[in-house]
Amino acid sequence: MDLINLGIKSIFIENMVFAYFLGMCSFLAVSKKVSTAFGLGLAVVFVLTITVPTNWLLSEFILNEGALSWISKDLATVDLSFLSFIMYIAVIASMVQLVEMVIEKTSPALYGSLGIFLPLIAVNCAILGSSLFMDQRDYGLAESAVYGFSSGIGWFLAIIALAAIRERLKYSNVPDGLKGLGITMLITGLMGIAFMSFMGISI
Amino acid sequence: MNPIQKFFDKVEPLFEKGGKYEKYYTLYEGHRTILFRPKLVTGKKGAQIKDANDLKRTMITVVIAMIPCLLFGIWNIGHQHFLALGETATFIQKIGVGAIQAIPIVIVSYAVGLSTEFTICVIRNHPINEGYLVTGMLIALIMPPNIPLWQVALATVFAVIIAKEVFGGTGMNVLNVALTARAFLYFAYPTDISGEVWTYLGDATAVDGYSGATALAVAYDTALNGTGTVMSSFSSYWAEGMYTFKNMFLGAIPGSIGETSTLMVLIGALILIVTGVGSWKIIFSVFAGAWLMGLGFNAIGYNAFMDMPAHYHLVIGGLAFGAVFMATDPVSAAHTETGKWIYGFLIGILTVIIRVFNPAYPEGIMLAILLMNVFAPLIDHYVVESNKNRRLKRATV
Repeated sequence: MDLINLGIKSIFIENMVFAYFLGMCSFLAVSKKVSTAFGLGLAVVFVLTITVPTNWLLSEFILNEGALSWISKDLATVDLSFLSFIMYIAVIASMVQLVEMVIEKTSPALYGSLGIFLPLIAVNCAILGSSLFMDQRDYGLAESAVYGFSSGIGWFLAIIALAAIRERLKYSNVPDGLKGLGITMLITGLMGIAFMSFMGISI
Repeated sequence: MNPIQKFFDKVEPLFEKGGKYEKYYTLYEGHRTILFRPKLVTGKKGAQIKDANDLKRTMITVVIAMIPCLLFGIWNIGHQHFLALGETATFIQKIGVGAIQAIPIVIVSYAVGLSTEFTICVIRNHPINEGYLVTGMLIALIMPPNIPLWQVALATVFAVIIAKEVFGGTGMNVLNVALTARAFLYFAYPTDISGEVWTYLGDATAVDGYSGATALAVAYDTALNGTGTVMSSFSSYWAEGMYTFKNMFLGAIPGSIGETSTLMVLIGALILIVTGVGSWKIIFSVFAGAWLMGLGFNAIGYNAFMDMPAHYHLVIGGLAFGAVFMATDPVSAAHTETGKWIYGFLIGILTVIIRVFNPAYPEGIMLAILLMNVFAPLIDHYVVESNKNRRLKRATV
């Protein structure tokens, strides 16, 4: 039950995009078409679901203070947590490499349309952010797996909704200065207002 | 529409050149264009244009449908005012007090909104259209009677520019414009639009034991404090008989100006459905979603609010008003027919969820509609996609 609550919470209430404004760059850049956004969203969900629990294992058994005591008693005082950023990033980057290879192999069209943004998932703040939140909030293994998956789903929902809106706006007479990113920023803000409906729900 | 149109056709020769009332042609034309601007109706044979509807008639129909709500709201402000003061008043007095509160809000909303729109039309050089006629009325009807007028003006400017004009004007907006105005006020000036602001007191002090809590607030507090059932809290409300089902259906309860009376809203709904302006699918599915979600919560029965009989959800708060006038907004709602069912149903479900779970917002319909406005294009996208796939399967090459 707690896990379900955590899932719902991180999809809607603490949405990566609308509550923390993380992962904005690819959110704004790859949301022109629903199909592309869908692919990128799935990739993010996949990467998050793998990396958050992996990083949990890393921090629990290698990085935290005393985490190495399973090797030998002498290492019980070693604290490697200053390495956590670089380790997290390394895990994420290698995961992204894997995803990239899989997508290139299975769907060259999607690979082409995602372009530079696929390798850039590695530096997507939503992904590193999730790992750091996991660290900060002391989640357990199951919790971090659920958290990674559902915060990915939250991001996924946000980007396909934005992409559908942008597809509809294709024929709108938007003022010249606002075309492209300008209007997208405004839409994101308005979507944020709508997502406020979940703020404050305590479950 | 037809009898009225026939009447206009019949009297038209009188006003044309050489007719009896030639001088008054502009007057005739002015009235005719309210309902039948383009005279593009063809005969009975061949390709048919049976009715040439346009934006003007659509918008005016919606405004007409909202008039019962406005009139009732004006009376209700006065009614609540004298009730809170513990005085008896005549019908005329109640109307008087209500009109003084409500009419300025309507005027400010129209004046500010239209001038904003005109300014932008001039700057951007696009024709003025009638979209704002409905929005202006809606903004006024979803404000509490005590709202400071400058806030109405500010919210109107915000909504017209940010929610509509930057997207290219009427017909292009993503979110419902009137609800954006309200949401703006809600987050920018929460003290003036939440809490016990729903009864106009003026300078007078209320009677002992008075509380301006709405039915939703009463229900939520009951669940929070764990004091008995919602029904018992309703019946022990300071004003006797205020929160009975019948009274809430009729609408003599505190609330925003136009939202309180489910009966008046249903009259509006009838007008919208008969003229084909509002989608009955959306209206019906919002009510159905809210009712089913209410039943679902009854089955869980975790706290007193969940135990409240499901049909009460339909008459308290602004659910009916939102379902009929806001969710049916043809621009921001889902465009596909299947999409409308999904869209409306999710609005109903979300409204009840937000009501029961979210302490920050006692009324869920505003944010539920805005949220589904965000997802409506996505729903449409997938409805169209599945349609394509279904037809592809049927096709043989």
